[in-house]
This record gives sequence, structure tokens and C-alpha cells, in this order.
Amino acid sequence: MSIFRELADNFREFLIAVGSVTLFLLRMLAQVPRALLRPRLIVEQIYNTGALSLVIIMICGLFIGAVFGLQGYEVLQRFGAEESLGVGAALGLLKELGPVVTALLFAGRAGTALASEIGLMRATDQLSAMEMMAVDPILRVAVPRFLGGLIALPLLAMIFIAIALYGVQLVAVQQLGVDAAAFWSQMRAAVEVDDVTDGLIKGCVYGVACSLIAVYEGYTAIPTAEGVGRATTRTVVISAVMVLILNYMLTVVMLR
Amino acid sequence: MRSTRTTEMSTGLFALLGFAALFFLVTQITNRELSVNGKSYEVEARFENIGSLKQGAAVSMAGVTIGRVQSIVFDQSVYKAVVRMKINAAYDRIPKDSDASIMTAGLLGGQYVGITAGGGEEYLKNGDRIEFVQDALVLENLINQLAASFGNKGGDASKSESDGPESDKPKE
Repeated sequence: MSIFRELADNFREFLIAVGSVTLFLLRMLAQVPRALLRPRLIVEQIYNTGALSLVIIMICGLFIGAVFGLQGYEVLQRFGAEESLGVGAALGLLKELGPVVTALLFAGRAGTALASEIGLMRATDQLSAMEMMAVDPILRVAVPRFLGGLIALPLLAMIFIAIALYGVQLVAVQQLGVDAAAFWSQMRAAVEVDDVTDGLIKGCVYGVACSLIAVYEGYTAIPTAEGVGRATTRTVVISAVMVLILNYMLTVVMLR
Repeated sequence: MRSTRTTEMSTGLFALLGFAALFFLVTQITNRELSVNGKSYEVEARFENIGSLKQGAAVSMAGVTIGRVQSIVFDQSVYKAVVRMKINAAYDRIPKDSDASIMTAGLLGGQYVGITAGGGEEYLKNGDRIEFVQDALVLENLINQLAASFGNKGGDASKSESDGPESDKPKE
């Protein structure tokens, strides 16, 4: 009996959480037009989430590309098809690996920073102080961070993919001796503009998901040291799970 | 003030890098579709079997891509697949009695339409139909034929030798 009650309680909590995230998103969206009047705040957040994530994105991209080159070559050379490594790498990176890994790194690097920053503002009563001064903390704090992350993630994903392709090329062409012309021309023949668009759409969707989760978790954090820590952890966990679930659903839709 | 300038500068650099990457991906690693750059005309061909030919597959002559498959529909009145192809207008001297066949690129590659030039004086125009076609090779049929010929060999050696393939000839 008590198990059912616990399950029912958990389900109710889950419904409440989903509902309040949705309401939070709607409250932010309602403020977007007013937030756009102060682009400085958004630029600052693009710097915080995007520009500061650049180094980690580039390094990870390079190494993921390099390992893709090694493993792909290992398999493809069995069929004498090592020249189609470029095709596999470009499509795999554009459609799946690029946006997903970027989103996971983004959640770890930028999402945690957002959540802990807003959570600390909550814990140190800065958000309440803003309300006292008739400054809407959603407009001043939440929306610029949300928009900044939303703009930064697709751009980061594109940079990640370009660098990763360079990594693939570095290993496959420079080190393992795949013919450079065949590598690039086969890639060029097989990749369509739609594939780049797919990657861009995925990047935008994960941008919304990751920034929303980070900002929401920070904004609703319990105002203690422990609460802020927990909000930061939850940001990474929920973002990662959501990105992977969303990725499956988007892939199903895009393969149609 | 100084710190805000560097913020703006690095944000600008980041945005620039992002768009540069996007530009690189769109222009350098994608194929530009044939229909986009310049004029083209449409011809059609009717096949008994198109195998796994897909919309957007290449149409090539002598290995050079000259067009793309525009659409594939099944015509119920003749029970054949109608393949409409868009061919680059630059290639306007393809004889009307050319031969269209469905071929496979490499061992594992996708299928494409290969056109072999005929000898006629008239050239294909928009809306024309290529009459001489060769269907896709269906692996099952091929295996069936092979199995049948092997079966013959086991049962009646003299018969299979008389109508055997060329590989038997050097032995004689």
C-alpha cells in the first residue's frame, strides 16, 4: 500500500516539476521582447556561456575527431573503403555527435556556472533585493542568461564540428595516409545542406533545453550552500538526460 | 570600461568563429545541387525494376554526373516505374536513342542511372522519353540463374558445356 502511495507522490512531484518549468519558460518568453531592448546584458551572457566555453569545445572537438578517424579507419580499411571515412565522419558529426557532445559539454561548463551563479544570487538575497527595487529578476537575470545560452550553443556546435572534422583529417590523411582528395570529394558528394541544417536545429533545441534547465534550477534553488550545490548537480544530470532523449526524438523526426 | 571592451571583443570573436564554422560547413563540405546552378531539362525513362534507386540519385554519362533523379513513381497502367530525371541544360546533345540503365556505384555504393550514348541524329529534349532501358540487377535473380546453371552442370555435363559462359572456353 505504502509503495503505491510513494509512487503516486513521486508522480505528483514530477508533474509539479514539469508544470513549474513550463510556467517558468512562459514567464521568460513573455519578457523576451523587453529583454531585447538591452542587448548588452545578452552579449555579456553570450560571452559567459559561449566565448568562455570555446577552449574546452575546441580541444574536445579535436580529440573526438581524432579518435573518430582512428576507429573509422580501423573498420573501413577492412573493406578497402577507408576513403569514405570523410563521409561517415561528416554525417556522424553533423547529425549526432556534434550537437550532442557540445550540449553535454555546455551543460557541464556553462550550465553549472549559470545555475550556481543564479542560485548564489538567490541564497544571498540578491534576487529579493531586486524585487524590492521593483526590478524584475526574471527580466534582469534569467532572460539574458537564457537567450545567451540559446544563441551560444548552436554556434559552439558548428565550431565543434568544424574542428572535429579537422581532427579526423589530421589522423586519417596526415597520419594514416588516406588520400586527401578522395576524403574531401567523397564527403562533399554525400553531404547535403539539409544535413548542416539538421545539426543547427538540434543545436538550437539543446540550447533551449540546457539554458532553461540551468536557469530554472538556479532560480528555484534552495537558498543554502547545500541547495545551490544540489541545483548545480541537478542541472548537469537533467540536462544530459534531456539532451539524449531529445536527440533520439529529433533523429526519429529527421530520418522521416 | 576596459573590461567591458574585452568582453565585447571576445564575444564578437566567438560569434565570428561560429559563423565562420557554419559557412565552412555549408560551402565546403556540402554538394551543390545541380538544379540550383543553372537551367535543366527533364526526361523520363520506364523501368521494369529500379532496384533501390532513390530520388536525388545521380544521372551520369561516362562516369560524369550530368543530372539528378527528380521523381520516381509507379505507373499502374503499364506496371512500370517511371523515373523522371533533371539533366543539366549544358548537356543538350544526348542522342534520343541513348540507353539508360540502373547501375550500382562500387560494391556497397548507392544506385544511379547511367546513360550510354546512342548513335542517332536527334537529341533529347524536355519531356522526352528514353526508350532503351536496362533494369537494375536483382541479386536474387542472379543467384537463381547461377544456382540453375550449377544444377545443370551436376545433372548433365555435356549440356552445360555447350551453353556455358566464356570462362569455360579456354579449357577446350
